[in-house]
Amino acid sequence: MKSLEVTLRALRESGRKALVPYFMAGVTPNWTQHVAAAVHGGADAVEVGIPFSDPMMDGVIIQKAAELSLAAGTTIDSICAELAASDLGAPLIVMTYYNLFHHYGLRRASGRLAQSGVSGAIVPDLTLEESEEWRAACDENDIATIFLVAPSTTPERFARLARATEGFCYASARMAVTGRAQGAGDATRVVDAVRATSDVPTYVGIGISSPEQARDATEHSDGVIVGSALVDTILTGASPADTEVFIASFRRAIDK
Amino acid sequence: MSQPPVFMGAPSSTGRFGDFGGRFVPEALMPACLELEAAFIDAWSDPVFIDEYHSVLHEFAGRSTPVTYLGRFSKLFGVEVYAKREDLAHTGSHKINNVVGQTLLTRRMGKTRVIAETGAGQHGVATATAAARLGLACTVYMGELDTHRQELNVFRMELLGSTVVPVTSGSKTLKDAVNEAMREWVSCVEDTHYCLGSVMGPHPFPWMVREFQSIIGREAEEQLTARGVGVPDVVVACVGGGSNAAGIFAGFANSSARLVGVEAAGGAAVSNGSPGVLHGMKSMLIQSEHGQIEEAHSISAGLDYPGIGPEHAFLAASGRAEYVGIGDEDVLVALQTLSQLEGIIPALESAHAVAWIMQEAGKAIPRGSTVLLNLSGRGDKDVAQVLDILRGRE
Repeated sequence: MKSLEVTLRALRESGRKALVPYFMAGVTPNWTQHVAAAVHGGADAVEVGIPFSDPMMDGVIIQKAAELSLAAGTTIDSICAELAASDLGAPLIVMTYYNLFHHYGLRRASGRLAQSGVSGAIVPDLTLEESEEWRAACDENDIATIFLVAPSTTPERFARLARATEGFCYASARMAVTGRAQGAGDATRVVDAVRATSDVPTYVGIGISSPEQARDATEHSDGVIVGSALVDTILTGASPADTEVFIASFRRAIDK
Repeated sequence: MSQPPVFMGAPSSTGRFGDFGGRFVPEALMPACLELEAAFIDAWSDPVFIDEYHSVLHEFAGRSTPVTYLGRFSKLFGVEVYAKREDLAHTGSHKINNVVGQTLLTRRMGKTRVIAETGAGQHGVATATAAARLGLACTVYMGELDTHRQELNVFRMELLGSTVVPVTSGSKTLKDAVNEAMREWVSCVEDTHYCLGSVMGPHPFPWMVREFQSIIGREAEEQLTARGVGVPDVVVACVGGGSNAAGIFAGFANSSARLVGVEAAGGAAVSNGSPGVLHGMKSMLIQSEHGQIEEAHSISAGLDYPGIGPEHAFLAASGRAEYVGIGDEDVLVALQTLSQLEGIIPALESAHAVAWIMQEAGKAIPRGSTVLLNLSGRGDKDVAQVLDILRGRE
């Protein structure tokens, strides 16, 4: 079992619901301070977005963040260098599109990520069927490969994806790209479908933008992922202190 | 006994043409891709479906399109050029072949709506047309830049009852229109088919679209045989995503004909690209040293695409077809030359293939060779743009 999954299973056993915020790396010069503030505010793990020119699974907020980050010259190497130089105090999971790793070289990319303290990766356009080489590269470097399931996922695919995913299973609550839909949607049904075949921790994302939605979603899952709502505050000028307050409000709602 | 076809047969079960193709989409879209694959395989072996596809192409779209011998052009350049006249098909380009197939399939799958991306607007107009005929709702995503370059096509789509959504993200051109259509598809996949316009995207699109376009090559092969020309020495077509090229190549893939795809020099994915993954497929892409997709640049909105269909990437890698780039200036000259010599105003896209013949006649195309040119579309949509460019120089 990958280190990330050991950590996240232990978290569940301690009775704590996981709160996982998403940050776009390089969106502001002080982005790692936002990450540190989120951990201080109660985040259990952090998703670090690596910007890609064509984010097919992302709505306008994360598209905009990616554009800003790319304009500032962000690369896999620059992100890894910044992560390696920071002690952020929570598991780090990168999220990006397959072309960046394909272009960098799969073994080289997973090795570089691991050296920088990353322990998981979400690649939303990499299907289970096409993932063999990437998973092999991640196996060499103790990087968990996290798969998404969606409301449209068929029973047969739920079983295969829940078996293949490592660390946690990312349950999309909605049939939508990031930042476009609000509310728990089909989260309960999707989480149940994963649990029917696996005891891997299951976190709900896509549609979680308020503390109340996060609380509702964790009543029937092991955690939540908060992306666009948080990125939006940073795009409109939030400071790391604001981020800590934002995350703390989600923490309180979830822990109630 | 004849050999089985080596080129342009079915892809592997995972949608691969050699190392290219495959399926790289969000899990939310996987069930739709699998459903589409099954529906296409079923339909494409059903004589009732195939009959209806051919009968709609005949009665509605005006097929078969003729092959025209370009007498004055041939004489001037010293090669024997035959044009496959896709410009004469309904809506003015080969795009109708694909959308007739896909909209019939949409209805067969019980879906009531289509979405599409478009660059120059040809595929958007064709989709709007075929959707209107079957009473399917239709929304077309078009880069904001292209909606200005091709304003009349936007109006055509609206006249046909479709909604056109300008895409303001990224480079505001074709690649961003594809991104946006994919994003939208996630939220409406239950009742909506994504009518992709070229031999690109996730499996089964590259294969399915090529099959729906292969009627171009099959007709041309029969027509050239009937007039005693036989197999041409060269088959040439322009390539953006590559659907018209795939269609005409399909008739000659296992013949002795040399196959040439002409890309816009500013979007030459085979010549200037490297392997990568975009829009659901592994193919050749124009990308930065860090793997960020770069913007293509072309006078023709339809070739403004930084990738190429995966089967073309395979045909290039295997050496069966060759791909060359032609610059905007040569395209403008070719458009005027063909207009004046033959009374045919080609689309800017198709003029790339004309320009290559003009450039290589007597060189890479030996004198006296027979050349089959896919005249994939007519130039009506481009005349205002060409007028602006030429006037600006006076």
